[in-house]
Parts: sequence; C-alpha cells; structure tokens
Amino acid sequence: MIQTPFHPSPHGALDALRSKVRALETPGRADRVLPFGVAPLDARLPGGGLAFGALHEVAGGAEEALHGATAAKFAAGVLARAEGEVLWCRRQADLFAPSLAQAGLPPARVIFADAGDEAGVLAAMEEGLRWPGLAGVVGEVGKLSMTASRRLQLAAEKSGQMAIVVRRWRRVADAADLGQPTAAQTRWRVSPLPSSPLPPSVPGVGRPRWFLELLRCKAGEAFDLELEACDAKGHLRLPAPLAHRSAGASAGPRDLGQGRAVA
Amino acid sequence: MVGRIGRRRAVAHMNLAAAKAGLRLGQAIAHATALVPGLVLHDLDAEADTAALQRLALWAQRLYSPSVAADPPDGLVIDATGCAHLFGGEEKMLIDLRRRLTRAGYTATVAIADSWGGAHALARYSRRPVFVAAPGALGHALTDLPVAALRLPIPTVQALAKLGFDTLGELEAAAKGPLARRFGMEPIRRLDQAFGREPEPIEPVFAPRTPRAAKIFAEPIGAPETLARYLTQLTFELCATLEAKSLGAKVIDAWFHRVDNRVESARIALSAPARDAPRLSKLLCGKLETVDPGFGVDKMVLAAPGAEPLTYSQDDALGGPRAADLSGLIDTLLARLGPDAVYRLASTQSDLPERSVRKAPAAERPAAFSWPVDWPRPTRFFPRPEPIETMALLPDQPPAWFTWRGVRRRVRRADGPERVFGEWWKADAELARSRDYFQVEDEGGERYWIYRDGDGEDAATGTQRWFMAGVFG
Repeated sequence: MIQTPFHPSPHGALDALRSKVRALETPGRADRVLPFGVAPLDARLPGGGLAFGALHEVAGGAEEALHGATAAKFAAGVLARAEGEVLWCRRQADLFAPSLAQAGLPPARVIFADAGDEAGVLAAMEEGLRWPGLAGVVGEVGKLSMTASRRLQLAAEKSGQMAIVVRRWRRVADAADLGQPTAAQTRWRVSPLPSSPLPPSVPGVGRPRWFLELLRCKAGEAFDLELEACDAKGHLRLPAPLAHRSAGASAGPRDLGQGRAVA
Repeated sequence: MVGRIGRRRAVAHMNLAAAKAGLRLGQAIAHATALVPGLVLHDLDAEADTAALQRLALWAQRLYSPSVAADPPDGLVIDATGCAHLFGGEEKMLIDLRRRLTRAGYTATVAIADSWGGAHALARYSRRPVFVAAPGALGHALTDLPVAALRLPIPTVQALAKLGFDTLGELEAAAKGPLARRFGMEPIRRLDQAFGREPEPIEPVFAPRTPRAAKIFAEPIGAPETLARYLTQLTFELCATLEAKSLGAKVIDAWFHRVDNRVESARIALSAPARDAPRLSKLLCGKLETVDPGFGVDKMVLAAPGAEPLTYSQDDALGGPRAADLSGLIDTLLARLGPDAVYRLASTQSDLPERSVRKAPAAERPAAFSWPVDWPRPTRFFPRPEPIETMALLPDQPPAWFTWRGVRRRVRRADGPERVFGEWWKADAELARSRDYFQVEDEGGERYWIYRDGDGEDAATGTQRWFMAGVFG
C-alpha cells in the first residue's frame, strides 16, 4: 500500500485539524486553564484543566440540589487557586463566609452582591465579567436559559475570567432542569460521600469526600471520580488506597477504570 | 442700620434696644431720629452682609446638614431631614446651633418645622429663642403669627393689615379668590409654602472651591436621551475641572431645575475618589430613571462636594502584580443593586456563629479574620435554625439519629461537642447559656451542623432542644 506523500502521519493531520477547529470555535482567546492538580482529572479535561474565559456549571446531587453546599464549596475551591478577587452574586444570603475562608477564599478576596431575583443575579454576573481584574465570578441560580448562558459565556470569553454558575433549586424535582442544554463549557455534579475513614479507634468525621461527575464537556468526554473535598487552599485530592475502606465508598461499578495508584 | 425703600431712607435692621424704644422696620429715618434722640445710624452694606451670610451657611453646612442655604437678608435655612438624631434630638440640635451662634457674637432665634416657610416664620415671630414645631403640628403653631411672617413685600403686608388681616390664621381662613385678585398669587404661594402645601426646595450653598459644572438651556429639555446627552457632557466638564485640580469625586450631586420651579436631584456615591468621565456619566445616566423632568428642565447643575485629592500612581512593573482596582465594578453594582447589596463579609470577635460575620464595605480589604481554622464550618448556614427531633444518649455525645424536614437520618459519624458560651457582656440573659455544636454525618454521606441549646444537664443553660444550624459542603 502506498502512503500519500501529503500526510506522512495521520495523527499530525488530525491534530492540525483539531487546532483549526478550536481556533474557529473560540476566536482570539489564548487557552488559559486552571489545572486541578489531580492527574486523572486534568488528563481528561481539554487543555489540562478548567478553562479561564469560559462558563462552567456546578450542581449538587440529590438533596444538595436544594442546599448547593458542595457545589458552592467546589466553586470556592476552584477560584481559591486562581489569582485575584471573586465576585459572588446570589439571591439567598445563606452562604457562610467562614466556610469560604476554610476553602482558601478569605474575606479580602470575596465581594458579595445580593440581587433580588435570578435575572438580577445573571445581570450582576455579566457586569462582573466585564471588568478586568477579577479571578472569576460565581452566581447562584436555578434556571439558566440558553440565551443567558450564551451571554455569560461571551462575556467570559472577552475578559478571560472564569464564570461559574452554581445551580440550585427550590425543589429537588426542579433539578431535572440540569439536563437542559446551555452554552457552558463544562457541567459538573458534586455529591457528598461518606468521609474518609479514620483509624478504627478514633471517633469523629474524616476529610469529606465527594463524588464528582463531569456530565458534559465541550471537546471532552464525560467521566466521574471519587475525590477528597478541597482543603484550606482549595486543592482536591485522590483518596489514599486504604486497606479498611468503607463498604459504601468502594462499592458500585462507577469506580471502575479510575487510577488509584497515584501518590 | 439705614437702607433705602424706593427713594426714602428707612430703617432696615435694628437691635433689641432700638426695638424697645419703639422703632419699627420700614420707618423713615427722619421719624426714627425724632423718636429716639441720639440714635446711632450705620449705612447698610448689603454685599458684605450677603457674603457673611454665605460664610455662615458654609459653616453650618459643615456642622449640621449637607443642604444649607442663605435665606437673605438675615437668615439661614437648613434642610435637617434625618440630621437631628446626630445631636440627640431636634431640640438639642437647635440649642446647640443657637449656643454656637451666640458664642460667635450673633443674636439668633431658631425654629424647626415641616416647611421652610413655617420655620422661617416661627424663628422670627414666635418670640421664643428656640421653637420646635412637632411634625404635623405646624398649622396650629402658625395660626397666631402676624402676616409679616410670610416673607411678603412690606407694602403688601401693610395693605393686608388695612384690610384687617393681622394673623396667618385669619388669612388662612379667608377666601383665596378675592385675595388673589387684589394681591396676585404671591400671598397665596407664600401661605402654601408656610403651611407646607407647596414644596420649596433648598438650593444649597457650595463651598467656593467645590468643583461644579452647570448648563442653562434656552429651550427646556425633557426627553430622556437628551437629558442623558447633556448629563454626559456636563460630567466630562466636571471631570476636566477635577483633573485640573488633581481631585477625585467621592460624591456627585446632580440638580435638575424644572420650568415649574421645582428642583429634582440625583446623587451617586463612589467607593473611591474618581474622575473617570465615561464611567461616572454612565452611573449618573443610570440615575436618570428617578428624575421626573415634568414639563422640562431648563438648568442642570453638577457638583462634586467633598472632592478628595487623587493622583494617579505609576504602575510598578518591577514590583510584581498589583491588586486590581475594582472600585469601578463596585460602584456600578452599588448603583444598580442598592447601597446595601454589595459588601464583603468580615469577621468579628464572637464565638457565636451568627454573630461572627459582619458586613463590611466592599471597598475595604479586611486583612485578617478571626474565624476558626480547625473547626469545620458549614458552607450553608441557616439564618433561622430549624428545630429537629433527636434521640440523644449522653450529654457529651451526639444524637444517634435525628429527624429534619420530615426525614429521619441515622448518624454514622460525628465530631463534637464544640461548646459555645453566651456573651454575658451583651445581654444579662446570656450569662448562663451555652450551646453544644456537633458535626454529624448520615449514612448517605451528607454532613450537617446541629446544636443543642444548653449543655444537656443544667436547665439554666438552655432549653436542651436540638436545632439544625447548617449544611457542610
């Protein structure tokens, strides 16, 4: 069989085509990303991390759809690792600032904006995305229409800031809304898992664990992963392989295919 | 003091002694000297009086209220709305004002009322050095005052006196139609102003160096886009003035003088001194919604009272990254969402979770915080703790299960108790109180922050009931 002289390697051609398509999709933007620092997570995200200049969605699983506590903490942990201040737009003032400080976002780094309704939250987010100098903007809303998400995505692209929408609903049934398409680059779902086990004779709660699902990702594959929740600097961590793992944490087919042998 | 009424030299001002000797304002000088031999006469220097009154107004503006104006020839008017509490009440404020004026060598009488006209009349004719007309009681207080209290020209007052109108009460009771035919609308307008039926805005004095810009329109304007265009133009003018003086505005006031003689105003407050014209004009135009141009605006005034020095510093490329300037964003959000809606959350010295957080201005950058680092705090904290049902075994142990919002959860793991004591220095009732906080994890892995009101043993420490305080992330 004779190889065509124009394409010495099919991989090279594919890569060239991919970069061309990417340039078409996101004109005039450098691909700046914020790596999680967790190898199996970063390896599966396009560009090796969570993209700046893009909109990301986070929701909580099951009952967390109401509280949005894990989702908010996840967002705080991500932006704690970026440089600069964070604008947090919300409708309900039930976010507890000491918890943000424990995720690496001290009072000097967060500005809160209270809006009366969800439209106000989205408008405040868009305004925040227009101003350079922020690390990112977080907004807590339930409904996120295609139009609203497109506006946020465009504003984020323009300024290069990260926009994170924490999806949070008044009823668990409304959480089905998460299936609707939006213009967000990634869509995550974070659910709490039983905490990391402590040595047998020690009472207490260990480091919290999350079941992290990437439901949707532009130019990437969906996957899920069990992780230890973010620490005081906002870093996630893979659970250490323990001999006495709790039954609930290791059971189930969802753990298949994930790397455990990482130091 | 000798002034002129028409071509006649007449008494313009006099002191208390002269009044006791029987002189009146408007009396011919020849008449007065005949009545009181040895009368000391001074020529009136109206310009110097006006200038002194302006200086006095600026002095009062610094002490009492941002909105102070000279009320020529012999008075000051202060819009004291919302100012009195700073002095411990209206009466205390008036006494303070009078005491300061007396010390400065002025003889003054002061009054406070619902309207400018009413306060004007009461200050001059109530025969009391300090008069407080309670809100709503103005009409009653004015009834017995002479017609001269109405700020009318002396001939009008004299003509009214000839018709038998001596007091405001009589004038108020009279039919307005014939009055208007005889004297024009002026007495009716003054009467309405005194009784507070017609608004009378105060155009405050400006310190001579207050940066300002004004524009008078030959044709009144009213269309929103036209107002916005000229507002933008004026903002640019104002910013040029500010730039020339190396100042930055902290507050910008806009006044819109309407053709029907009313003044609408708007104000933007900035978190940091600024003179960035495009941004400021955008903020001001956002406030146009609250301005009712009525039949048109024929004068627009912009002023930046209390401007502060603002010098741009050179960016230090070698010094590493500088904190970004976010005052623009903060101001925009403040203007859009309201003055209380944009803030930071800083720590306070309190162990009670609900008291450990305070709102701080967004422009502030709290350097440190006193929240615990080792005790985990929930991501969502319920402003109103929700009662839960529990089965607790021992005082120092977490419950074995609890029921919250109708769902029963078994506690698999728990941390605690973290005991928090009442702050007896804040309230006597908190002296013996305490709470025990627990972090509990249910079988599904959800983590909650619950507490018991009391220590579990002593009834004095609390009700011993359990509450849900928050949800961990």
